[in-house]
Amino acid sequence: MSNNLIVERERSLVELERRIAELREASAAQPLDMSSEIAALEQKYRQILQELFGTLSPWEKVHMARHPDRPTSLDYISRFDRFDELHGDRHFRDDPSIVGGFGTLRSRNVMVLGQQRGRDTKENLRRNFGMPAPEGYRKATRLARLASRLQLPIVTFVDTKGADPGISSEEHAQSEAIAICLQTFTTATVPIVATVVGEGGSGGALALAIADFVIMLEHSTYSVASPEGCAAILWSDASKAEEAAAHLKLTADDLHRFGIVDQILPEPLGGAHRNARDVVTQTLGAVDAALSRLVSLTPEMLLDHRYRKYRRLGEWQAEGLEPVRTAR
Amino acid sequence: MPRPEWLPARRTKESRVSDEALWSKCPKCGEVLYRRDLAANLFVCTRCGYHFRMKAYDRIASIADGEFTELGAEVLPGDPLEWSDRKSYPAKLKSDRERSGLSESVVTGFATLGGHRVALGVMDFHFRGGTMGQVTGERITLLLEAARRDHVPCIIFSASGGARMEEGMLALMQLAKTTAAVSRFMADGNFYVVVLTDPTSGGVSASFAFQADVIVAESKAMIGFAGRRVIEQTIRQRLPDQFQTAEFLLEKGAIDMVVDRSDLKDTLVRLLEYAAHE
Repeated sequence: MSNNLIVERERSLVELERRIAELREASAAQPLDMSSEIAALEQKYRQILQELFGTLSPWEKVHMARHPDRPTSLDYISRFDRFDELHGDRHFRDDPSIVGGFGTLRSRNVMVLGQQRGRDTKENLRRNFGMPAPEGYRKATRLARLASRLQLPIVTFVDTKGADPGISSEEHAQSEAIAICLQTFTTATVPIVATVVGEGGSGGALALAIADFVIMLEHSTYSVASPEGCAAILWSDASKAEEAAAHLKLTADDLHRFGIVDQILPEPLGGAHRNARDVVTQTLGAVDAALSRLVSLTPEMLLDHRYRKYRRLGEWQAEGLEPVRTAR
Repeated sequence: MPRPEWLPARRTKESRVSDEALWSKCPKCGEVLYRRDLAANLFVCTRCGYHFRMKAYDRIASIADGEFTELGAEVLPGDPLEWSDRKSYPAKLKSDRERSGLSESVVTGFATLGGHRVALGVMDFHFRGGTMGQVTGERITLLLEAARRDHVPCIIFSASGGARMEEGMLALMQLAKTTAAVSRFMADGNFYVVVLTDPTSGGVSASFAFQADVIVAESKAMIGFAGRRVIEQTIRQRLPDQFQTAEFLLEKGAIDMVVDRSDLKDTLVRLLEYAAHE
């Protein structure tokens, strides 16, 4: 039993996939024409796929974003022309839940950063399930500063449940590490393009998501708190997570409507992992296109644009800073 | 994940200091304190030194020389997500307004401290647990922008459970907005001080609070990124009492100083003097 709804649902397709594959094999091995049987099965397959995944609720999207086969940051980074990983925060250790380094994307040199979860238990343990420690955010800060100094655009991939909530992270001042990372991204004098490829969990995700252009995959999620955490706090009942997911407005469509996300990339029916190759190609194309639009801006224009972009989120009034009330 | 049996199902509610009550009980030592004595002692227990959580206007009165000119009070919270859980969000705001006498979790404006004009922001845990909504972020941003324009130092008192759930991602984006405002303010050579008060955690500690030039914390304040319960649930261990206290953070090198409330104003005035031009 998987605790992932989508993985569970995919089980019903496995048998059909096997039969189609068998039939194809048999058809290739003998002169009998079985193309109509194959076509019928494929038709049925597509129909089931449509029924299962045609429309996904926010809660189903949460599970899609956490799907174990969903492309992770390194699946995108490994398709760059080049990538040379840089390690460590220069203080304490290297945090494998954030990967970063020099890269070349479509002939353009960039600094690339991403939260990295594992594909299996062993890798997940090494990468702390993609939950960065302060050391990870300090590495990101260091590399973002280097990018500014070398005038390399910054490309990030966002995929984390959130920043690590542990003893050592608190001892090493997780708050400060995230706060300074946020500050570095708001002041970086180079274009920043962020793509939410999986789960965008709260401040730990935002630390790599302050950007001039934010892209989000159709079934990725991005929220102020995890649905489980939100349910535990507001209902004192983690089993209300499905309800919380609907309340939190964490889908790409919601966030595009709020002006938090600039572009949504469609995913194949059934999710990005069903055709990871094309999804990665399409995503890198969108990142490159965004960079092409941003590189012509001067550092002053970029900073001004970025300030105004975040300034207007929750802006009740732009003018009128005059004191309105004198108390005491 | 099942809850370990030693972990209480709900946090025990701390007894609240209400304006109406003549007497307040110290949640730490149990001493019953006459409300007027407590206020005269800056809401510090006269017996054990426990620092009660202060209301924003009491705090301002205890810090400012005299007049406080409020800024941003006209900016009021809405309901962008049309949120409703056990109660609707507007109903929660209404009851918080009635209970705390505030319209949001932060009060911002200008005051003088020891003769120095400062931009002052004071968060209040009694309003939505000091959570940061759009208007919290907006008021802090307006304050920093005004302070930058007037080239005066900024002091913010934090008290917060983090970003406000009921405003979803629009609340989270206030981390970015306030951070951008802090960065601009500091880049112009302005002095920024934060006083961490009990409790400060989550999105507020991970944004404008820990970006200050000087970080002061009140004695015994609980300060951290993740909530204590979240950590205990994750690691399945009970945490030591000292964990995440102001004193713990000082020892770990995360903050500059721990100050008793009775010394706070004098400390802040001295800090302002070091940074004053001419």
